[in-house]
Amino acid sequence: MAAGRAPVVARRGPGGMMSSPSLRQFEHDMLVFRRRWHSYLLSGISQPVLYLLSMGIGLGFYVNKNGGLPGGVPYLEYVAPALLVTQAMMAAAFESAWPIMGKIVWDKTYQAALNTPIGATNLLVGDLMWIAFRAVLLSVLFFAVIVAFGAVSSPLALLAIPVAVITAMSFAAPIVAFTATQKSDQPFNMLFRFGITPLFLFSGTFFPIENLPLFIQPLAWVTPLYHGVALARSLSLGRIDPLVDLIHVAVLAGFVIVGIVAARITFRRRLEV
Amino acid sequence: MVIGPPGPPGTACAGPFSGNTVPAAHRRYHRGVSETISPVDSAIHARGLTKRFGAFTAVDGVDFDVAPGEAFGFLGPNGAGKTSTMRMIGTVSPVTAGTLTVFGLDPAHNGPRIRSRVGVVPQADTLDNELSVLENLLIYGRYFGLSWAESRRRAVELLDFVQLTERSGDQVEPLSGGMKRRLVIARALINDPEMLLLDEPTTGLDPQARHLLWDRLYRLKQRGVTLCLTTHYMDEAEQLCDRLVVMDKAKIVAEGSPRQLIEQYVTREVLELRFNRDEGDDGAADDTSQLDGQLDGLAERFEQLPDRLLVYTADGDATAAAAFERGLRPASVLVRRSTLEDVFLRLTGRSLIE
Repeated sequence: MAAGRAPVVARRGPGGMMSSPSLRQFEHDMLVFRRRWHSYLLSGISQPVLYLLSMGIGLGFYVNKNGGLPGGVPYLEYVAPALLVTQAMMAAAFESAWPIMGKIVWDKTYQAALNTPIGATNLLVGDLMWIAFRAVLLSVLFFAVIVAFGAVSSPLALLAIPVAVITAMSFAAPIVAFTATQKSDQPFNMLFRFGITPLFLFSGTFFPIENLPLFIQPLAWVTPLYHGVALARSLSLGRIDPLVDLIHVAVLAGFVIVGIVAARITFRRRLEV
Repeated sequence: MVIGPPGPPGTACAGPFSGNTVPAAHRRYHRGVSETISPVDSAIHARGLTKRFGAFTAVDGVDFDVAPGEAFGFLGPNGAGKTSTMRMIGTVSPVTAGTLTVFGLDPAHNGPRIRSRVGVVPQADTLDNELSVLENLLIYGRYFGLSWAESRRRAVELLDFVQLTERSGDQVEPLSGGMKRRLVIARALINDPEMLLLDEPTTGLDPQARHLLWDRLYRLKQRGVTLCLTTHYMDEAEQLCDRLVVMDKAKIVAEGSPRQLIEQYVTREVLELRFNRDEGDDGAADDTSQLDGQLDGLAERFEQLPDRLLVYTADGDATAAAAFERGLRPASVLVRRSTLEDVFLRLTGRSLIE
């Protein structure tokens, strides 16, 4: 075509990370979501119901009967915000592994998108937005179930939702960065078996990390889940320690930022060769 | 068929959807003298274009120009460097060395601008199995910055163009290979591109699906869309390409129209002789060296393939008769026109598809 015809795309500079091309990839993910929102909704409600029934009420019955927690906190209220955070984290970790691998390796839909004005960073940001959206959705549903169980004592508990989302992203960003370096999904099994699941169990979700052997405790401090759980719990129980909570936020934000920077590099290395 | 908005008044140029007129800029170009058009006028301009992956050189200093409105082909076997070249043109793979401009623009600095004017049909379908046929097109239009309404309008028209209207609500997975390819072509057209890059567009398709696809590509060419394609099928190159380069081992080994290449590198006809290897009756041997003696002077050139002997000659029938006179008794005799396959064999000593 000769000069003079109006280009199809009127304005398209390289754009910042949050520019509209990134939103296009988020729209893509929402189109997919639109097809199966009901299954997301169903699991988003049934999961917290099952967890709160078994852990909060079932296990909690024995915990409370045997002297309970320090300060007389019912176990349900102790464990609920932690479960909210861990569920958002688990979902985000999953979304950052197999579905991203599919877009890179199996369906190669990233390759198709890269033939448009979209760039690798736009794909990364758009998909992180989707993962965050899913974390928001799950956390809101989880919170609604907690309220239904009558396990909320402070209005600050609502803040457990953004805490869960930040925690989810503190996993999502580094895992997405890792996924972009892998050729197959084999390492994901290891990641979940020896990374995500132990964290879920030992990051203070079900019992204080002070109960862990002393030499293991520092391990918990460097994982984002511990900080997310501790922060959500302190807000939820209305026991705020500004300095400690600020440290929690800083650690979580650090994981998110470092993860995004790393993912930006691994995405470009993988997709723009 | 006009399936897009007419261009704004006064525009000299035709996109794929704006009718059949050939833009003035295209007519000016004289085919075959690529060196005379400037980088700004050519759709693609490459000099010393090189792509390396670590120590491996995928494309080794190739020169070519593609004129607007031209159908240009890269013919070569797998691993010749065709796909790497296409990916550089599509600005998804950085140039290692040399010069490349697309629409006169430098891919390193104008990637998004170039891509907004190009449609790409990649070798793998890369369709989104999570979305329906229509949604695959819709979101692709969104990637190009189209409004949802405009994207939908074009998607519906394009599904008609590639004869997939009835499948628009279906999932992608159950579609046949030919349907998927047509959907990929529709997807590549959603931004009303001036140029289509097609990487082995019909590999793996049955003959009927290939012909339907060729027909659609031919229509696009007639509307003034520049076609740039890779193939390892000679018939495809002959069907679609005004001009092509033959690539082998990362380099361009010949350039010209299909006709020119055949005239330049091979004879008009080919005589194919097959011999029964084990029951060598009447002295017909299974051994090339023995045959060579009997064939001396019969034709200007021979190629011994594992299963047959190719004799390059201007008149296949006459040569066949001469061979019989010399006492050769091949099990089967076939006279055919030379093809680009023969050109490739001549240039590289190897078959295209091994």
